[in-house]
Amino acid sequence: MEINISINGESRTFDVEPRTLLVHLLRDDAGLTGTHVACETSICGACTVLLDDKAVKSCTVLAAQAQGCEVTTIEGMANGEQLHPLQEQFWEKHGLQCGFCTPGMILTANQLIASNADPTDEEIRHGIEGNICRCTGYQNIVDAISAAAAQMRD
Amino acid sequence: MIPASFDYVRPQSLEDALARLGEHGDDARVLAGGHSLLPVMKARLADPGVLVDIAGIESLSGISESEDGITIGAMTTHAEIEASASVQGRCRSLAEAAAAIGDVQVRNRGTLGGSLAHADPAADYPAVILAANAEITVAGADGERVIAADDFFTGTYETALGAGEIITSVRIRASAARGSSAYLKAAQQASGFAVCGVAARVALDADGAVERIRVGVTGVAATAYRATSVEDALTGAAPSAESIRKAAATAGEGVDALDDFYAGADFRRHLAGVYAARAIGKAWIRAAGE
Repeated sequence: MEINISINGESRTFDVEPRTLLVHLLRDDAGLTGTHVACETSICGACTVLLDDKAVKSCTVLAAQAQGCEVTTIEGMANGEQLHPLQEQFWEKHGLQCGFCTPGMILTANQLIASNADPTDEEIRHGIEGNICRCTGYQNIVDAISAAAAQMRD
Repeated sequence: MIPASFDYVRPQSLEDALARLGEHGDDARVLAGGHSLLPVMKARLADPGVLVDIAGIESLSGISESEDGITIGAMTTHAEIEASASVQGRCRSLAEAAAAIGDVQVRNRGTLGGSLAHADPAADYPAVILAANAEITVAGADGERVIAADDFFTGTYETALGAGEIITSVRIRASAARGSSAYLKAAQQASGFAVCGVAARVALDADGAVERIRVGVTGVAATAYRATSVEDALTGAAPSAESIRKAAATAGEGVDALDDFYAGADFRRHLAGVYAARAIGKAWIRAAGE
């Protein structure tokens, strides 16, 4: 079936099977491998992207369900060479070690900050409950999101 | 994990969706937000030949308020219910149940109607639906009908929904003038599903005695149930912390409880009593104060 999706601001058309998951469309058909696939059971959050500005787990969304929607992946966060404040602060605050969860973490955090410009640490921890990190122990991730929110308020 | 092949249709009207279901019979499944059905299909536990995606039907989404209650479209997401001032004001336990589901991403996609139709025994909503005496409106080839909460959940993953029917909305009466509700759960640590979830809805009379109370329990048994022994014990008298604790202790009594490596049957029955006391206590304090 034919699907039209706007990915990171670019309107694109794909011919996919109805059973194609959004995460596979993004990685295999669109060639955007920044969206990671790990648990495949809507638990870990590594595959999180924004679908019409809302964080979703793209392993549990059919590409067909995204017909006509705007998808934002980690590749769409930076503005050319200029990193997004979230990317910059994950770097500054050492919010990652292996980096596998980072794209999903950043997109979930992006929705959080969009709805709450000045989140407390507790709100940040609650906001990223659907994203699992096995390296950092989360503290530096919380610091990075908090610093990014501050930078975005300035 | 990729589902087996299927055909996908996205009707733009309820009539068209019902026609598609009629056309394909048992081979078709309704796709709402997909957060119950797609995991089951990825695990190859379900293998429908046709998915009828009802996301394009605008009339199925949204929350409307009337004088005496709220009506919530079946495709309304958990996130929308959690954030709704109408729901918070008219049925606080429903907002609390929505907020307790999964995580941010799941709540952005999962829907009320989808969750109810799936009828997972550990889902959060059934406790509230029972406690709030909600009415579930469904549409089928022969028109609409309304199913009472008490008749809706018939077993594990089983409901009173007939073949080819679609849930269109859920109606909940507003809490009484001196009434309120609460939902609390003990969550399974990894999945977040309810090991025990209890919703209590309380209406007090002018003297502060319990005029009406309904208590719904999920996660404990093969299907959600009402703790009628608790309701009967508390109706008609002015409650106290002690009377609530004593009455609530029977919430799990005689229940054929689920038994797995997360929580044994005895523990689940025990939790039902503990969480019933907490949920009733919270609803009572809110009712007395609001």
